[in-house]
Amino acid sequence: MAAPRHDDLVVARPEGLYCPPGDFYIDPWRAVERAVITHAHSDHARVGHAHYLAHVDSAGTLRNRLGADITLQTLPYGQVVEHYGVRVSLHPAGHVLGSAQVRLEHGGRVWVASGDYKTEADGTCPPFEPVRCDVFITESTFGLPIYRWPTQAALCAEIDAWWRTNAAQGRASVLYCYAFGKAQRILHGVDAGIGPIVVHGAVEPLNAVYRAAGVALPPTLRVSDPQVDAALLQRALVLAPPSAQGTPWLKRFGHFVDAFASGWMQLRGTRRRRGVDRGFVMSDHADWPGLLSAIAGTGAERVLVTHGSVAVLVRWLNEHGLDAQGFKTEYGDDDVADRVPAEPGA
Amino acid sequence: MKAFAALYRELDASTSSLAKQAALQRYLRAVPPADAAWAVYFLAGGKPRQLVPTKLLRSLARDVAGLPEWLFDESYEAVGDLAETISLLLPAPAAPVARGLAAWIEQHLLPLRGRAPEPLAELLRAQWRELAPDERFVYFKLLTGGFRVGVSRLQVTQALAAVGTLDPKRVAQRLMGYTHISGQPTAADYGALIAPESGGEQDQQTSGQPYPFFLAHPFNLEVAQFDAALGPPSDWLIEWKWDGIRAQLVKRAGQVWLWSRGEELVTDRYPELAAMGATLTDGTVLDGEIVVWREARVQPFAELQKRIGRKTIGPKLLRELPVVLLAYDLLEWQGRDLRGEPQAARRALLDVLLAEQAHPALIVSPALVGASWADLALQREAARAMGVEGMMLKGRTAQYGVGRTKDVGTWWKWKIAPLSVDAVLIYAQRGHGRRASLYSDYTFAVWNAAPGVPERALVPFAKAYSGLTDAEMARVDAVIRKTTVESFGPVRSVRPTLVFELGFEGIARSARHKSGIAVRFPRMLRWREDKPVDEADTLDTLAALLPSASA
Repeated sequence: MAAPRHDDLVVARPEGLYCPPGDFYIDPWRAVERAVITHAHSDHARVGHAHYLAHVDSAGTLRNRLGADITLQTLPYGQVVEHYGVRVSLHPAGHVLGSAQVRLEHGGRVWVASGDYKTEADGTCPPFEPVRCDVFITESTFGLPIYRWPTQAALCAEIDAWWRTNAAQGRASVLYCYAFGKAQRILHGVDAGIGPIVVHGAVEPLNAVYRAAGVALPPTLRVSDPQVDAALLQRALVLAPPSAQGTPWLKRFGHFVDAFASGWMQLRGTRRRRGVDRGFVMSDHADWPGLLSAIAGTGAERVLVTHGSVAVLVRWLNEHGLDAQGFKTEYGDDDVADRVPAEPGA
Repeated sequence: MKAFAALYRELDASTSSLAKQAALQRYLRAVPPADAAWAVYFLAGGKPRQLVPTKLLRSLARDVAGLPEWLFDESYEAVGDLAETISLLLPAPAAPVARGLAAWIEQHLLPLRGRAPEPLAELLRAQWRELAPDERFVYFKLLTGGFRVGVSRLQVTQALAAVGTLDPKRVAQRLMGYTHISGQPTAADYGALIAPESGGEQDQQTSGQPYPFFLAHPFNLEVAQFDAALGPPSDWLIEWKWDGIRAQLVKRAGQVWLWSRGEELVTDRYPELAAMGATLTDGTVLDGEIVVWREARVQPFAELQKRIGRKTIGPKLLRELPVVLLAYDLLEWQGRDLRGEPQAARRALLDVLLAEQAHPALIVSPALVGASWADLALQREAARAMGVEGMMLKGRTAQYGVGRTKDVGTWWKWKIAPLSVDAVLIYAQRGHGRRASLYSDYTFAVWNAAPGVPERALVPFAKAYSGLTDAEMARVDAVIRKTTVESFGPVRSVRPTLVFELGFEGIARSARHKSGIAVRFPRMLRWREDKPVDEADTLDTLAALLPSASA
């Protein structure tokens, strides 16, 4: 892993990524005084910090997850705040609603910490914007060339076709997806004319957050709603978190068909291990071409690589003339091309 | 090939055998017979000789994908399947074409074999420019061989029987030899598979076709329950369960064919059996086991293994490792199919045949007699010393069935409990297919000295990858990641923390193994989470299990 250089704007500390001149952390995993949060997924936004700074659209989810009483300052994209001489601003990361890259400027140097990001626009949050910088801190969740995503349009067409076929056979289409981000992307992208859409209790509060932020989502039902009966369920698309797989909650859907939406579904082995009828390749992280184009788009000459295929991406970038190093973090897991993490989503 | 690729995806995605059966039948009815001919060939387990050297395929794929070798290898490690890796890495095709399965295979794939590297690479590049992305995986599976998709040969047989409105047993018979390594099934061959039954079909005097093998089921009850489950021993033909290669020897029209259970024609590899077969009368088919036989006893499987891989069988090998056929069933005699006869009647005829046609390479598998099951259980104790796996129990009234069925009679295999030691996991490698990227293939070691001896070390002696549940494997995988000391390519060495009870069927001295010992069919019986690494077994424990030690 990288040895810090004396004037680095971000260094790895046991508590998390730390900005020495600004005396604050970015997405720290231990309790600290000041934390800048890139997005509200639980491995990036942890409890116990004294002060939080995040994007306006993350406020609802953060308060929901971490407590209404947290000390939270919010910013719109592009607005600068200065802290001990470090100019801090947030820029769209295209990962989930409210997700942001953190731009730091100090002493004529610009660093950008990406958090998690996705390069293709999906209509549920402002798309990723490359930010020019000297040093770029990138994730590498899907940092292997085997990961290339279908376009959002192709993906939604696949889901629609699957749902339509099941509905025609009178079988509910249960689609496992993470409740925050992916579920709303699916809702936004599918053809709601095919049939009714039912969501699990873990999904609906997040739909409300998206709707409040002005994202167009089709009407959704809960299984407890009075108009939901067996006949309706047979034509329904059902969105549920992965943790619902194999639970009694599913009994009500009878002889249903199930599928899982995740970037890991790209591989036949993971698809088969997951034990679902169908896998849709859908991720809120960048694929390999996305990572490379995002890195190139920053113009950075130095790149620090966090969680995912760190060694692979570092070697590739070094072979292509950049100064790249790994950065040890505790987001997700390292070397996990095989796992479907429980939460949050990939 | 679009239809075949879609069928593959459907079979691969579904866990329901009903859905698979429906998909198979739908496909067979919809596609041209020439395509169906090849689909049946691959789905029933056919595998043509290698078309493209794997090394060339990998380097060309790297080149076309524009990746350095290390990154291609990293990708392969994550995917665990070469065909899938390449299909994920190729760029979009310039000009995709629609081409049927048979056309792909006959006009494009088979002609690749034996080409010089440069024209071969040119042909492949041209094919990849035309290959639609959704057909890639199947295409590369055809090129690389390992075509496994979760349908059994039996399911293919059933689908064909449904399509042709035939008895599945008839279809199984017709399928024998269909999946031969140099098979080139045509529309006519497919037509013959599903054609209406003809009167003369049983008359196959000039054909070397074997019969579908009848397979045994495991029997694991306590001896006290045998009488209730099986009735008295006198209802059963009881034999040793030999540890060799299951084979059928076919003698018809002056010619001899020796078939292994994998439907491979192995006549050339066992000249002594071919010579023996020539002495039999025409219209004879024997079922039995090929074993190495010396000093009037069966030799360990490891000895037979030395002959399996050899292309040329020299006089020295024939002298040192002579094989015999231990015959235990007679399927055809004087040109007549005996499979419908009861087991006891077939056996009686077999005994007559062996008495009349004595040959040193043809030995009868002796029938065992016991007053009671308890008595037989006692006799079975000698199995290990004799180098056999246990006993076979065959119903005296049983007909000779097809495959692993029980509808016309049953064969039980009553195996002895495996040998076992407690061993330490020291290396792990990621698996393939469903276990891709999971550390699922392990190397096990035992101590080379007793506890307390300074500087004692762990010596690897066996690899195993079966016996754990998915849940256990996921936990072991997590421990391996946490305790990794070093990675060499796909292999990780770990700090020894995991102890497993390792079971195996046989054990022999081996100069090729670091430990000096080779074991047969090693697998994990149990994860010994209760056992500290220091208390794992030693080389001495293993050595004590060697047959010479017990004899």
